[in-house]
Amino acid sequence: MSFFDTANLATAHEIISRYPKPKSATIPLLHLAQQQHGWVSDDAMREIAQLTGTTPAEVKGTGSFYEMFKFHPVGKYMVNVCTNLSCQILGGEELLAHAEETLGVKAGGTTADGMFTLEDVECIAACTEAPCLQVNYRYKLRVGNDDFDQMIDDIRNGRADDLPEHGTLALVRQAIPAGTGAGITAPENAREAPVWMARNDVAEGSDDKDGGA
Amino acid sequence: MPTHSYVPHAPGYVDNEGPKIVTSRFGYEDSFTLERSQATGGYQALRTALDKTPAEIHSEVREATLLGRGGAGFPAGIKWGFLPPGKFPYYLVVNGDESEPGTYKDRLLMERDPHQLIEGCLITCYALGLQQCFLYVRGEMALAQERIAQALNEAYAEGYIGKNILGTEFSVDVVLTWGAGAYIVGEETALIESLEGNRGMPRLKPPYFPAAVGLYGQPTIVNNVETLSNVPWVTENGARQYKTYGSEKSPGTRMFAVSGHVKRPGVYEVEQGITTFRDLLYGDNFCQGIRDGHELKMFVPGGGSAPWFFEEQLDLPLEAGPVGAAGSMLGSGGIIVMDDTTDAVKAALRLVRFYARESCGKCTPCREGTTWEERVLQRILDGEGRPSDIEMLLDIADNISPGPYPVAADPAQDLDAIPFPPKQTTICPLGPSSVAPITSTIRRFRHEYEAKITKRDPIPVAAEKAVS
Amino acid sequence: MSRADEAETVNVTVNGAEIEASPGELLIDACERAGAYIPRFCYHSRMKPVGMCRMCLVEVDTGRGAALQPSCMLPVSDGMTVETETDLTKKAQDGVLEFLLVNHPLDCPVCDKGGECPLQDQTVAFGPGESRFVEEKRHYEKPIAISDTVYLDRERCILCDRCTRFANDVAGDTLIHFMDRGNNTQVNTFPDEPFASYFSGNTVQICPVGALTAKPYRFKARPWDLEETISTAWTDSVGSRITVQSSRNEVLRLLGVDADSVNWGWLSDKERFAFEALNSEDRLGRPLVRDDDHQLVATGWGDALDRAVAALQGAAPERIAMIGGARLTNESQYAWAKLAKGVLRTDNVDSQLGDGLPVEAVLGLPRATIDDACRPGGTIILMGPDPKEELGALYLRLRHAVLEDGATLIEITPRAGGLTGLASHSLHPRPGELPALTAALVAAVNGEAVDTAGVGGGVIAAAAAALDGPVTVVLGRASLAETGESVADAAVNLSRLDDVSFLSALRRGNIHGALDAGLSPGLLPGRTTLSAGSERVGEVWPGLPESDGLDTAGILAASAEGDIDVLIVLGADPINDFVDHAAAVAGLEAAGTVIAVDLVRNDSIEAAAHIVFAAAGPTESSGTFTNLEGRVSVCEQKVTPPGTARPDWMLATELAHRLGADLGLDSPESIRAELVSVSPVHHNLIEEALAVGRIDGVLVEGNGDIAAPVSTTADVPSNDAYSLRLVSTRSMYDDGVALRHSASSRGLARGLDVRLSPTEFDKLGVKPGTIVKVESSCGQLLAPAFADSSLPAGSAHVPWSAAGSPAGSLIDAGAPFIDVRVERA
Ligand SMILES: Cc1cc2nc3c(=O)[nH]c(=O)nc-3n(C[C@H](O)[C@H](O)[C@H](O)COP(=O)(O)O)c2cc1C
Ligand code: SF4
Ligand code: FES
Repeated sequence: MSFFDTANLATAHEIISRYPKPKSATIPLLHLAQQQHGWVSDDAMREIAQLTGTTPAEVKGTGSFYEMFKFHPVGKYMVNVCTNLSCQILGGEELLAHAEETLGVKAGGTTADGMFTLEDVECIAACTEAPCLQVNYRYKLRVGNDDFDQMIDDIRNGRADDLPEHGTLALVRQAIPAGTGAGITAPENAREAPVWMARNDVAEGSDDKDGGA
Repeated sequence: MPTHSYVPHAPGYVDNEGPKIVTSRFGYEDSFTLERSQATGGYQALRTALDKTPAEIHSEVREATLLGRGGAGFPAGIKWGFLPPGKFPYYLVVNGDESEPGTYKDRLLMERDPHQLIEGCLITCYALGLQQCFLYVRGEMALAQERIAQALNEAYAEGYIGKNILGTEFSVDVVLTWGAGAYIVGEETALIESLEGNRGMPRLKPPYFPAAVGLYGQPTIVNNVETLSNVPWVTENGARQYKTYGSEKSPGTRMFAVSGHVKRPGVYEVEQGITTFRDLLYGDNFCQGIRDGHELKMFVPGGGSAPWFFEEQLDLPLEAGPVGAAGSMLGSGGIIVMDDTTDAVKAALRLVRFYARESCGKCTPCREGTTWEERVLQRILDGEGRPSDIEMLLDIADNISPGPYPVAADPAQDLDAIPFPPKQTTICPLGPSSVAPITSTIRRFRHEYEAKITKRDPIPVAAEKAVS
Repeated sequence: MSRADEAETVNVTVNGAEIEASPGELLIDACERAGAYIPRFCYHSRMKPVGMCRMCLVEVDTGRGAALQPSCMLPVSDGMTVETETDLTKKAQDGVLEFLLVNHPLDCPVCDKGGECPLQDQTVAFGPGESRFVEEKRHYEKPIAISDTVYLDRERCILCDRCTRFANDVAGDTLIHFMDRGNNTQVNTFPDEPFASYFSGNTVQICPVGALTAKPYRFKARPWDLEETISTAWTDSVGSRITVQSSRNEVLRLLGVDADSVNWGWLSDKERFAFEALNSEDRLGRPLVRDDDHQLVATGWGDALDRAVAALQGAAPERIAMIGGARLTNESQYAWAKLAKGVLRTDNVDSQLGDGLPVEAVLGLPRATIDDACRPGGTIILMGPDPKEELGALYLRLRHAVLEDGATLIEITPRAGGLTGLASHSLHPRPGELPALTAALVAAVNGEAVDTAGVGGGVIAAAAAALDGPVTVVLGRASLAETGESVADAAVNLSRLDDVSFLSALRRGNIHGALDAGLSPGLLPGRTTLSAGSERVGEVWPGLPESDGLDTAGILAASAEGDIDVLIVLGADPINDFVDHAAAVAGLEAAGTVIAVDLVRNDSIEAAAHIVFAAAGPTESSGTFTNLEGRVSVCEQKVTPPGTARPDWMLATELAHRLGADLGLDSPESIRAELVSVSPVHHNLIEEALAVGRIDGVLVEGNGDIAAPVSTTADVPSNDAYSLRLVSTRSMYDDGVALRHSASSRGLARGLDVRLSPTEFDKLGVKPGTIVKVESSCGQLLAPAFADSSLPAGSAHVPWSAAGSPAGSLIDAGAPFIDVRVERA
């Protein structure tokens, strides 16, 4: 019945436990769903709603605001070519056109074999290395047409082990070992000043360390 | 092709000569590891801080005039003082959503030196009594997320984060959160909405400044990654030392990403206030000038939202005041240089399209106006423009940002600068930002628009020159 | 919408004229009071401002130079200067209007909103003559049904966030939401999860354009054809204020009116849409009588009245009985009370059909208003039905009080309900154990910890500790399988708390008017008893009953024994509505003559009525309505009744006349005047007050002569190990007459099921949804079984309102609680 597999369900609970309010875990859990499934299904959103105490409409309302969540199947590899200004003036649009030709799909489309989805994206923060792109959010910089074809060829022929499938972002997750965390600070259970702030009073009281002047 | 002279393991970063405050470890291949960090003074500032009172740290940062690096350039020490006393809990939200066109430096700081950022967060939490920290990283930055996650895990294991940090009563968790692709979430109140699990739509201000009413309605400090990355250095070396760099009003260094038609594009750590645009764009130490055979046509001085500058503004120092008075902003430190091959209308359209795509959709003028602007510009570019379109564009722009829009002086037409910032009919500056490329280009290159509309000359003269 | 009124006023200059405003007031409201109406689309005074549409931009100077600011977001401050008419303001507003029209279809001629559309009005008044937007507009699939009653046309939507804010913030049903981003933003539901909210109709009312439309009204009329009058909703006892809109003598639409003390403009969908029943095919337009073939056939008034007179004339007072009356206006209730008690001299009169409370518990405890219950900083103890299911508009008020005004909610209910998520403490005692639990709660307030009624002492102590500020008990009968006496006993216990008052949650339409008119055994009009009020009332009435009569259960039991010659059923359907189905059938069938007075044919009429009087409905006659806090407001006639149907009060006077008595009542006004003359508590119900209180009505206060209840119940024996104690609650959509005859709401009644506490469910050893047998001492039914973790151990829940009210077959009206066995079928 459950959408998340056992390991991911445990991860989901761990993620939720880091936020003062469960709804804050909505975006992380959408990422987790996408990691498991490659895209975000209705079932996933229903389960996220349950886990975060919201409604599926809220989950979709939040999720659909963000470009990275896909609500229908997409390619195993998301090829995002930047065409924003810095890249545009150094051949970003030409690279995109070449990519469309090589992959045989228009930007926004997915290849028939389900391998690639091509997107025309906004600035990906590598402007000095134009034209650039990301494959599953891993950078390829100063990409020429030949570089592009080589890259596609490598992926198609299994020479791209460094690239996880679409949905997986960071390969390392934050994990707070039991007993080492300070714990969440929710608005309703932390009305007091944190203890270390008392050091100010001590300092003022004892030798008037002239903190402000 | 520009020369490849960047640090191989830190693509994009250029190790120029000059003082290094935040990029001091970038030269090491393993700069992101705890081992390297510790070997080069990492977490020393945290120990120094814990030996002092929180108020002392706060006043050191205030003294240093550490200006925010997220765009608005507001002094961090003063912002920190806006926390209303006694309304606990307070939160720290780290803005790592960097998506402004032409900008990147936070990504490098997160990828190359995550421990420095974490240390900055911890010291800030200590100084202000912030009880939980959320580090919000742009979704598309997978490597940055990975490096930060790894660094956090190491730092927890080492006792730098979590319960009873370094054996003191200071306890705080740093929680890594990923964004999911939405430029507007960089706006601090939208970021808070996103952290609460909502659509990233900016909140109304006033009265809701995050320092007063932020995450979960509690007082919240939102600072940029680069801002916080400066905090360990300031804590360790003190405000006086910090102020020996840069100018009086803009002390210290700043990271600038210079992209486009320069010979050596890259991200540089530069002394603020004393370096000029000309130094940066043409200096041997920096970008080494426009690519051969071409001339500067225009440049975006501070991220896609900044009105454009030209030849005449090159001698301005990299400092908020003079840049603002000259009609633009330093913003996020993203400089996009365009030479004479650039089609002004096409370039303007590309940025306008960005704002149209990235509008959150909340304010009517932004939601409808940016898309309308984009479609009119596209029509002009497609050769379907009408003579009335130019005035109409300016009028649509005026309905998003009423009154004279900030723009650089144009001595050739004997026009003065209109100082920054623009007025707005919207909640946040995103919608009004879409106006910058339009007014900047229409004022300066009206003939290019007219040429396209009358189909007299579909290719701008300069571009033709480049082609031939 | 509470504001700190302790602070003084601030001065604001609006277009050159200085006005006073209260601190915290929004500029848009202050300007409107000053006569400077600022156009707006997203702002709605009953919801948190979002400042999205930007239409309300005006030039504001707070000392740092004039700048455009959204007036819906800006609280006034002293010395503020506002210009709403400057060129800059006009340009900004015109600009916003143009932007809104960029993607808005020009389908005003076929749009339901045409003629009452703020966007259209603004455009006509100020808009550009011709569009400068030559591009293709945004396109979406034309109206999509987002629920059974509501359609959404996304092309017309201007994204003002009103419907979505209402769904999330006001109703708590976040089923519609903004989806996608920027220029592609749209309102939508989640796939397969329709906007099934009891309050969906409000979104249609507050939509500033024609994007949301309601099925009952679509394409029915144009606003300029509509006539309207202010009135009061009648399907529950909240007394929500409405406007009734009609065209060509047909009611087409009800809209909520913003009465500050009552419904704030909101309505439940039942209040809003159930008027359809009045236009239904089964509506009674002429009197009926049962012919020799046992068929009900139409007849003339002379015949029907004569037959009734013949039956009544031969009957001794104690062999006459009348049940029902909550459907009627105050005036009609008074006339029928006077006929029954004053002329026929029977006290076998009861308007509570076995699902109410002892009258002392309703009328004899310190009274609270809705505003009292909702006051900031107070505590609400909900010991009654789920307001979301039974008293929709009250639910919205309570929800707001807890969420926005810091009221504390403590629930003492048989199971979780609509407000549970907001309750600081939820106590779910076993059926029959309310008195013990409340006694323990009061003891805990005094520092004693007791475990009781299956609820741990710690939990009770925590709830006791949460009691803060003035306490309002929302008091009603949560479960129909438990007696009203046990609720009354619990109320007696709670009345020992400090600063406590009670808000009745009896649900049935004008039940509070009925009790105030004396339609209950032992009562006379004006919150008085047969003994205490006889002198006052006796002066005006031709006579009085000699002794206290029977309640509905007693009447039906007596009738089954052959002791009732004439049974008047006054706007009621006991077969579907009395708690004990078998007793209702037996009582109706055995009565000598059954006279029904009603609007539509119902099961009781079909089964047992001999004479049926066709009555005028709430939009067809004038009078007043008394809500659960005792607030009297007008119900105004808007259309004429069908056929020869007549106002209820006229039928009483006519019948009295034919019986040789003159009730002396010839108009609603004259009836009100007589009520005021016999009832000291109604002293302020004068015509002038009703005129002044046109929106908020007139509050009738005080307990009159009714004393507080005294505890009656003995210890409750526990059920045996094999049986479970039954809980049965109502839901908004039932199979009652009103909804059965409302085209749009029919079919929304929830299905039958049985819910068990998880322990009991596990004992059954079946999968969720398996059909099981539920059997009590008087009947049985088959239903799918599910677990419900909010039910206390040892109890089982069967909804009352499933089609045909099968729960009624399990309930024995004479038993204080019902034990059932649940077994695999
Ligand atoms: C549309 C918009 C986008 C923004 N994007 C970013 C961003 O990506 N990163 C950032 O640090 N600040 C961004 N800002 C600025 C933030 O709102 C905020 O001022 C900043 O994070 C504060 O940090 P600082 O004081 O350290 O600069 C943006 C502002 C706007 C209006
Ligand atoms: S200006 Fe645009 S992005 Fe900013 S809040 Fe308004 S609609 Fe959203
Ligand atoms: S009414 Fe003020 S912004 Fe919409």
